[in-house]
Amino acid sequence: MAEHVIAGRPVVEGEAEGEALVTHDALSFWGGYDFQTGEIIDRHHPLAGVRAAGRILAVPFSKGSSTTTAVLLEAVRAGTAPAAILTTGADSFFALASIVAGVMYGKSFPVVALEVDDFARLRSGERLVVERGGTIRYSRST
Amino acid sequence: MLTLSDRDRAMLNGDHGPAPQLAMSILVRMADVYGARELMDISQAHIDSTIYLGDATLEFAERLASLGARVAVPTSLNVSGVDECGWKDWAVSPEWAAKAARQMLAYEKMGAVPTWTCAPYQTHMRPVFGQQIAWGESNAIAFANSVIGARTERYPDLLDVCCAITGRVPAVGLHVSENRAGQMLFRLAGVPLALQQDDQFFAVLGHLVGKLAGDLVPVIDGVMATPTEDQLKAFSAAVASSGRVALFHLVSVTPEAPTLEAAFQGRTPQQTVDVTSDDLRAARSELTTADGRELDMVILGSPHFSLAEFRQLAPLVEGQRADPRVKFLITSSRLMKEMAAEAGVLAPIVGFGAQITLDTCILASPMLPPEIRTLMTNSAKYAYYAPSLLNTRVTFGSLADCVRSAIEGRVVRDESLWRNT
Repeated sequence: MAEHVIAGRPVVEGEAEGEALVTHDALSFWGGYDFQTGEIIDRHHPLAGVRAAGRILAVPFSKGSSTTTAVLLEAVRAGTAPAAILTTGADSFFALASIVAGVMYGKSFPVVALEVDDFARLRSGERLVVERGGTIRYSRST
Repeated sequence: MLTLSDRDRAMLNGDHGPAPQLAMSILVRMADVYGARELMDISQAHIDSTIYLGDATLEFAERLASLGARVAVPTSLNVSGVDECGWKDWAVSPEWAAKAARQMLAYEKMGAVPTWTCAPYQTHMRPVFGQQIAWGESNAIAFANSVIGARTERYPDLLDVCCAITGRVPAVGLHVSENRAGQMLFRLAGVPLALQQDDQFFAVLGHLVGKLAGDLVPVIDGVMATPTEDQLKAFSAAVASSGRVALFHLVSVTPEAPTLEAAFQGRTPQQTVDVTSDDLRAARSELTTADGRELDMVILGSPHFSLAEFRQLAPLVEGQRADPRVKFLITSSRLMKEMAAEAGVLAPIVGFGAQITLDTCILASPMLPPEIRTLMTNSAKYAYYAPSLLNTRVTFGSLADCVRSAIEGRVVRDESLWRNT
C-alpha cells in the first residue's frame, strides 16, 4: 500500500474522512438529491440510486437549479449531506451551502477544489482523508 | 485580496443592523470564493430562496425576517412551495401549506414584490439591457443574461437574498463584459428551416446544448427561424436544466451576438460542435421517459405560462373538451392569469377543462396525487425534472400534441417533422 497525497485548494475549510464517491458528471441537488435519504435521484445521472450521505462526493461542478444550495442546507440539517465535496473548480453553490450551514447550524463541510488531473486520480470506494488545508490523503496498493 | 467600501464595512460591523450584517458576512465569504477584489452595486434582485423545501429553508427566511431584514433594491420573488389560494384542491398537506405560507410571509416582510413567478422577466420587473442585477432561478438567470442582456452571475438560493438585502455583489463573472464572451461554438449543420420553426425546436436545442456545454458559454450559429420570446424562455429553461448555462448567445438573435465575431468578442472558440437533425431527434427522445399511450395529466407552464402562451392555447381548445380521465393543468402567475382573463382568452381554456395553479409549480409543491403516474408536457424543464422529483413518466411534445392528447385521452404526437428520413 502506497500513501498518496493530493494538494487541493480549500474553498471552505474543514476536515473529513470517508469513502469516496466519484462522478465525472455535474449534478443538480434540486431534482438530483433526496435530503430525506441522502440518495442521488437524478435519473439522467450515472449515480442515480446511490447514497451519498456521509461519503466524500467528488463531482466536477454543480449544474441546473439555483435551489441546489437549499437542498444541501436541508441535507446538513437532516444529517444526510456528503461529508465533504471535492470539485474541479471553486464551485460557488457548494461553497455557499457549506458557509450557510456553518452560520445556521454550526455544521459546515469541507469543499475542496482540485486540479483536473488530480480529480481524475480519485476512485470510488477508496477511503479519503480531507485535511483542513485542502490536502487529500489516500492509500492504494499499486 | 478583497477591498471593501466604507459602506460595506459599516454593514459588516453591524452599523446598519443585524440583518445587513449577517447578509454582508455571507457575501464577504462568498466574494473570497469567487476571487473578487471588490463588491459592486446592483439595482435589482430576484429571490429564488422562496421555494419551501423543509425546516432549513424556513428557518433561514424567518431568521433574516426576525432580524428586520429589508431588501435594498427592487426585488421580485420566485415561486413558493404552495398555491396560497388553491392548494386545497390538490394533495398538499395542511402542514406543508402552513409552513410554505410562513416562508412566503417572511420574504414579503422584507419588502420584496410578491410576484411569485419563475418568469419575472415577463412582469413589470423585467430588467433592461446592461443592468446589473442579482438573480436566482436558473431559467431566469439564463433569460436575463442572454435574451435581455442584463448582467447577473448564476446566483444560488440563500445568496440571492443576501445580495438583495445589501444591494451588493462580488464584482466578478458575468457582471464583467469580458467574461460574457462566447467560449464554445454550436453550428446547426443542415437543420432544415421547417424543423427549426417547429414549436419544440428551441426547447430541444436547449436540452442538447446544456448537456454538452459543460461550464462554457455556448454560442449557437445557424439559427434561421425567428424565435418568439416564449421559445427563448423554453430554451433558457432547457439549457439550465440539462446543464449549468447562465449565459448563451444565439447569433443574430440575442443582443450581445449581432454577429458570430461579436458573440466571441473576437476570440477563438475553445471547442466547436456541429449539431445535426439526428442529434436533435436523439435529444428530443431523451425528454420522453414514458413508453405507451397512457396519460394521466397534461402539464404546461415551466417556466410559468405567459399571456402570449394563453393566447396561443385558447384557439386550440376553443369549443372542445378534454377527456375527463385526463387532467389538464397550467402553472402560471397571478398576474398572467389576470391578464389572460382580461384579454378574454382564459374562458375557453377553463371551458376546455383546464385547471390553473398559481404561485408555484408541480415540482416545487407536493400537489400531485399518487395516482398521477404519466405526464405529457411541452416544457423541457418539466420533462427533465419530473421523472426524478415526482417519480412520474413523461412524454414531451408540442403544445398542439398536448391538446390533442388531452382530447383523445391518450398520448398522440405529430411525428412528421421528427421522423428519421
